[in-house]
Amino acid sequence: MANKVKIKIDGKEIITDEGKTIVEAARENGVFIPTLCNFAGALPKGCCRMCTIKINNRFMTACTTPAASGMEVENHTPEIEEFRKSIIELLFVSGNHFCPSCEKSGNCELQALAYRYQMMVPRFPYDFPMKSVDGTAPFIIKDQNRCILCKRCIKTIKDEQGRHYFAFKERGHKLEVILDEQMGKEMSRALARKAMENCPVGSIIYKEIGFAEPIGTRKYDKMPIGSEIDN
Amino acid sequence: MEKKIIATTSLAGCFGCHMSILDIDERILDLIELVEFNKSPVDDIKTFTKPVDIGIVEGGCCNSENVEVLRSFRKNCKILISLGECAIMGGLPALRNGIPIEECLREAYLEGPTVGLNTTKILPNDDELPMLLDKVYPCHEVVKVDYYLPGCPPRADLIWDALVALITGNELALPYEVVKFD
Repeated sequence: MANKVKIKIDGKEIITDEGKTIVEAARENGVFIPTLCNFAGALPKGCCRMCTIKINNRFMTACTTPAASGMEVENHTPEIEEFRKSIIELLFVSGNHFCPSCEKSGNCELQALAYRYQMMVPRFPYDFPMKSVDGTAPFIIKDQNRCILCKRCIKTIKDEQGRHYFAFKERGHKLEVILDEQMGKEMSRALARKAMENCPVGSIIYKEIGFAEPIGTRKYDKMPIGSEIDN
Repeated sequence: MEKKIIATTSLAGCFGCHMSILDIDERILDLIELVEFNKSPVDDIKTFTKPVDIGIVEGGCCNSENVEVLRSFRKNCKILISLGECAIMGGLPALRNGIPIEECLREAYLEGPTVGLNTTKILPNDDELPMLLDKVYPCHEVVKVDYYLPGCPPRADLIWDALVALITGNELALPYEVVKFD
């Protein structure tokens, strides 16, 4: 059995297994730390910075930092929440996020976080970058306009031999997540649906059916993201 | 209490946000006790006839006329509100923003599948027509905007609560369900 450690999040004492990430430890103890690129069961990457917290007065990412004895974590403080809100706003202006025409609207984690932080308008100017949409695969559409490069699809969508369906292409500001042409053709319906589910935004869309859930019944229509964890 | 003066307009929008204003249902009877409409499609007053307290703008700026109307709203209104996704971020008209304007016009008037009747192959070029902008701009990138009410359309409750808060000077409560982007 793993050693137990004691940490404090916003003054609340939490006992958890040594080595568990702070995001996991917090979740198990009813404390919500917002995440985007983090995905349960996949290796954390720490690239979106949504889970930024302060440990002993230093900024760290909660998804990549293992809990260790004596940590004093700041989570829901005005400074950190404002920082997180600015990340969401940056994501909104750096892609083309047209919520009214997106099938993922209502089930989108980026949008849900914007709701949680009550983003009325991003403080940054819109970039409106030119992006492509790949609809060649039989069951999914890969829309670069909405991709936030979180890598969740790359990490979690694989075939039986462990080969990845999605991959990074190019570098720097040209970086994109693309679907392998050949493997995309062979992707099953079930896996295509899972790819859409695992995508935090509407960058991976399952074809054939859309807007099936009416407004008011979708995941984040009534309750803010994280309210199932927070207590 | 003296009635507040309100003006509204739809720039590059679909009038859906104005429809949502009407969605306040019977509260519209309370509204006319609180406010008087000036320039607005609601009463069809075309030009500002007096200083306005609250200007409500639906839609972003896609052409020169939108810019002119928006600037006149900023000039004549003490408070300016961007109402809905199009005013806030360009909305659906801004889907063209990644495409060069020449390509848009060519597709719309010369080469698209439904342009068979345009046998003379001309692009609209009458002097009376406003010029298209290179892209669709959110209102706050053209003039200063004071408040934003998101939604497509913004929920009627949000519009009502925001107006009442502005008129009475009380703080606006923002329940989770009313701030939505779709």
